[in-house]
Amino acid sequence: MATAVPMATRIPVRISVNGTEYAAEVEPRLLLVHFLRDNLGLTGTHVGCDTSQCGACVVYLDGKSVKSCTVLTVQADGGEVQTIEGLAKDGVYDPVQQGFWEMHGLQCGYCTPGMIMSAHSLLQRTPNPSEEEIRHALEGNLCRCTGYQNIVKAIQYAANQMSGAGVSGNGSGAGTHNPQDVGDWKGELAGEST
Amino acid sequence: MFPNQFDYHRPTTVAEAVGVLQQNPDAKVLAGGHSLLPAMKLRLAAPSALVDLSKVEGLTGISTNGSVVIGAMTTYAELRDSAALKAALPIVPETAYHVGDPQVQAVGTLGGSLAHADPSADFTAVALALDASVKAVGADGDRTIPAEELFVDLFTTSLAPDEVLTEIHIPAATGRTGMAYEKFRHPASGYAVVGVAAVVSVGVDGTVAQARIAVTGATSKATRATAAEQALVGKPLSADSIAAAAAVANQGLELNGDHYASAEYRAHLLGVYTRRALERAAASLG
Ligand SMILES: Cc1cc2nc3c(=O)[nH]c(=O)nc-3n(C[C@H](O)[C@H](O)[C@H](O)COP(=O)(O)OP(=O)(O)OC[C@H]3O[C@@H](n4cnc5c(N)ncnc54)[C@H](O)[C@@H]3O)c2cc1C
Ligand code: FES
Ligand code: FES
Repeated sequence: MATAVPMATRIPVRISVNGTEYAAEVEPRLLLVHFLRDNLGLTGTHVGCDTSQCGACVVYLDGKSVKSCTVLTVQADGGEVQTIEGLAKDGVYDPVQQGFWEMHGLQCGYCTPGMIMSAHSLLQRTPNPSEEEIRHALEGNLCRCTGYQNIVKAIQYAANQMSGAGVSGNGSGAGTHNPQDVGDWKGELAGEST
Repeated sequence: MFPNQFDYHRPTTVAEAVGVLQQNPDAKVLAGGHSLLPAMKLRLAAPSALVDLSKVEGLTGISTNGSVVIGAMTTYAELRDSAALKAALPIVPETAYHVGDPQVQAVGTLGGSLAHADPSADFTAVALALDASVKAVGADGDRTIPAEELFVDLFTTSLAPDEVLTEIHIPAATGRTGMAYEKFRHPASGYAVVGVAAVVSVGVDGTVAQARIAVTGATSKATRATAAEQALVGKPLSADSIAAAAAVANQGLELNGDHYASAEYRAHLLGVYTRRALERAAASLG
């Protein structure tokens, strides 16, 4: 069997990743997550389960939140990918990243890039989500450390920042975090168990 | 994990896609890839070639002019967010909202779900309850397959290997019709351990004129629960008639058991979820 299998024809692809165009010739079976990590060195996108369950590999493809372990690189040909590395602008965190920082939304950090990307996508569609909507949006992301409570708070923090600070929904120009806002907002959480 | 080697084709017309399938007998269509690629990574599937439909013109879109027509490559996210479907067929966006997770919804397609015929899929049951049919295009032209004839067995449909499913047709609801889908989600994957779709029409005299109830998750393929349907027809849709229907929901069905849920447990769930689906269908009558 091993000798009978011919090499599949490599396919030329052009993919924009975090605003930079890349051209490559790839095997059809190369998964997008491996293209990002192994070919481009963008190791912020993680591989957790490799069976489409855990969401550690979530990236944007053409504005859609996808699990990059379950997308072929050739399927992204001509498309635009955004990874966790593309969220911060000029060294300033995106509000969702800032939220994870402020609200202690991570422990080991393995799930965090995927969590942040999924949360970012939620806030694009639903700028002021309820707690239930946040938890539903994280159905495809597993965390083995935090118990999710602080992840939910991190996303509530980001939603609050983005609407409170009048930042537009796409996160651009965001990250203008100022510590006083945190104090105010923590006040609203009073009485919630942690 | 990565799949075996395969050749990759990206046709732009259905005819071209059918042509490639004919030349490669063990080629497979690639839609959203969220059933096929995981199977290929686990080496449960090893097609020699993939025929990616993503660039084929005319396979997406939703039309709600009278009967509803949905392109095979329409994603769950598009179904979930469609205002036209929320008005015409609320069971469709509701069900889409509960498939897997947002990432699965972003890429998984209605055509892919029906062509894959996973015994725990959601839309197989919904398609049966809505009396849907699909259009399949092959080398000798196209044909229409009712959902009832599409699902043959576990992961098996009546589509030929060189046929492409292009459209899903759903007849317009007549009179006062209520509909709902209820599932017991597998806690890890979201798939239906047991799912029940109910579409019930009530006549002018207030009794049930037609009931279509379909089950997924519990059987080797999505199947109508005809005993429950018969228990409702001619009766007013009330707590009593719903309880009577739920009590016979598993009659005539061969239920699966696995490491997650035994056949006995699924029989119990089937009663509970039939009742819940019917209660919500009744409430949606207004
Ligand atoms: C983590 C996870 C959770 C999930 N949870 C659920 C869930 O809760 N409920 C549920 O119903 N599903 C669930 N799914 C499955 C998901 O809905 C799949 O996307 C769907 O079953 C298949 O659609 P697809 O477009 O991805 O098809 P693909 O994976 O691309 O194809 C599936 C099969 O159908 C064939 N095919 C696809 N389109 C066509 C066509 N147009 N014509 C002919 N043949 C075609 C392919 O050749 C292949 O054999 C889940 C998947 C994952 C990864
Ligand atoms: S690595 Fe992709 S979902 Fe877990
Ligand atoms: S922080 Fe460790 S898995 Fe989420």
